[in-house]
Amino acid sequence: MGQWVSEIWHSREILYFLAWRDVKVRYKQAALGVAWALLQPLFTMITFAFFFGKLAGIPSDGVPYPLFSYSALLLWTYFSVTLSQVGNSLIANSSLITKIYFPRVLLPAAAACGGLLDLLVSSVFLIGMLLYYHITPSWTVLLTPIFVGQTVLLVMGLGMLLAALNVRYRDVKYTIPFLTQLGLFVTPIIYPVSFLPHRFQGWLALNPMTGVIQGFRACLFGGGHVDWDVLGCSWIVTLLLLLIGSWHFRSTERVFADVV
Amino acid sequence: MTESITVESLCKRYELGALQQETQLRDQLVRLLRAPFGRRAPKEVIWALRDVSFTVQQGEVVGIIGRNGAGKSTLLKILSKITYPTSGRVRARGRVAALLEVGAGFHEELTGRENIFLNGSIMGMKKKEVDAKLEAIVEFSGLQRFIDTPIKRYSTGMRSRLGFAVAAHLDPDVLIVDEVLAVGDAVFQKKCVSAMHDLRGGGRTVLFVSHNMAAVENLCSRGMWIAEGRVRLDGPMREVIEAYMGSFASADSASKALIAADGRGGSGEIRFTRVEFRSTDGQLQTVTRCGKSLVIRLHYRAQQPIERPAFALRMYTELGTLVTDTGTWLHGLDIPLVPLGDGYLDLEIDSLNLMPGRYYFSLKVDSCLETRVYDALEHAVQLDIEEAPIYGLSRRIDSRFGLVFFPQRWRLDGIGSGARIEVSPAANG
Repeated sequence: MGQWVSEIWHSREILYFLAWRDVKVRYKQAALGVAWALLQPLFTMITFAFFFGKLAGIPSDGVPYPLFSYSALLLWTYFSVTLSQVGNSLIANSSLITKIYFPRVLLPAAAACGGLLDLLVSSVFLIGMLLYYHITPSWTVLLTPIFVGQTVLLVMGLGMLLAALNVRYRDVKYTIPFLTQLGLFVTPIIYPVSFLPHRFQGWLALNPMTGVIQGFRACLFGGGHVDWDVLGCSWIVTLLLLLIGSWHFRSTERVFADVV
Repeated sequence: MTESITVESLCKRYELGALQQETQLRDQLVRLLRAPFGRRAPKEVIWALRDVSFTVQQGEVVGIIGRNGAGKSTLLKILSKITYPTSGRVRARGRVAALLEVGAGFHEELTGRENIFLNGSIMGMKKKEVDAKLEAIVEFSGLQRFIDTPIKRYSTGMRSRLGFAVAAHLDPDVLIVDEVLAVGDAVFQKKCVSAMHDLRGGGRTVLFVSHNMAAVENLCSRGMWIAEGRVRLDGPMREVIEAYMGSFASADSASKALIAADGRGGSGEIRFTRVEFRSTDGQLQTVTRCGKSLVIRLHYRAQQPIERPAFALRMYTELGTLVTDTGTWLHGLDIPLVPLGDGYLDLEIDSLNLMPGRYYFSLKVDSCLETRVYDALEHAVQLDIEEAPIYGLSRRIDSRFGLVFFPQRWRLDGIGSGARIEVSPAANG
């Protein structure tokens, strides 16, 4: 493991160039360019605010519903979009894998890093919304990067597992969009956890994104109590997935070039 | 001398079944349901490399030759750590750069300049190094005008020039090159060869795989012939090339049966069965002489009636240089139908104006109607052309004097008095 990590550290420039390539290519020849990173969560938020906030009247823990849903969509969009890119990163770069040697884990890692730029762009809009609603976050806002970091770890853990499986079983390619689509509903994005009947709330905590989004919101809006059990559970699942993901990735990466 | 590469009893096994049949999870589940306790179906196993061992000293330039599928590429992939051996060990000293495909990792949407950084970095250069060498790389590629154009607008040749330009500046201790000189125009090929010459001078170890025997012979001092996953011969390059080329056809090939020839392509509805070399009076021969006439008779067997096929023949020198490519289609001949069964066709050559040496023939029959190759045989037969008094003299003229000679005469009228024919042809035997 130590050798693996040191090799990755020595190849960090490759990671930078691969991520740079992903970002550069994504918005090349797109007239709106990086604005696309904003449009996706923005329009989802508007749709949600209209249907769920206004028509269905779903509660939002005392925060304006648009802000409530946008703050979650910010991380969720990163999670779902990046997870599919990380999961497909090996097969999308098969020509690289079969022709050049470099630490294979740089491909999923580059995809995960590349998505952070989008997150940054859409965060700017979040700041705008906070100003608009006259909400002044307390010092806890400084803790939000922890949850961004946790999302990256989660994406990497799950992503390495899926990417390695994807090399052998292309079924994974079709599973990922399905997974993230379902995930949208079993994560407290549209609704607060308190909206669910109490007996379901425990199950929801098993979804690591539940803790991430709860914690992120708590840091942003302050107030409300922090459910430490949910947060702890979320971290345990995240680290477990990271462990399983990197273990599976490492034990299969030798055959990637033969199978992909 | 220090050892640069050490390879110890390397084996590589591929399981064909595993790759082709079970890439869908569903198939595995179905198998599990059908026979939960049954054994897995035996897989077809291919040994791409069997017990390969060798060492390469620092500064050696080794040419690796062999037929398609002999295991050359697998060997290079293992040496460059792209894939792992089933058993055995590889040790390489210093930075290894593998050029298995020129411009691997290029991204279509990025410009030439951006791709230099991306490719250089993936191949193991630090950003500082690329910054420092950028100008030299661009200069080498000769693409100054297009360097800020996305490479999706590049031609294949331009891409490979850019790719080789990056590779030439990698400055590795061990360079592994797979058949990259096959692309690019002649001028650029020359540049690549001289770049590799420079690498050789710099004390670097180079492993070079190619089917271009002239390039291999020119560049490499030591040769390695890989056949069926083993090192068949390891020695001075020229000897290895000769042994390799000689393996394509046995000496009594005047009427060699081709049925069992391996390395054969095509769908097989019609196959060449035999090749005969005859003189114009119908005598079979294994050897002919410079300037003589020759009839090449191609026998075939058609498993079914074949509509509008085209027969073609290529002739190569011993070093793999293409001498000529001729065929019925090139001659505007239309063969409406080849009936079921055996038959033959003759190629009559009036005067075989080739220098003495050993020549090889590749045969092909394909369809004029669709893109289908019925039969393709590389280096199916060989023919020795022996010395003959080419210009009417018995002076020894051999392959040092080139490849061909033309029906020709020198006119000395313009020189004035004194110039004359030194020896009269009539005086020679």
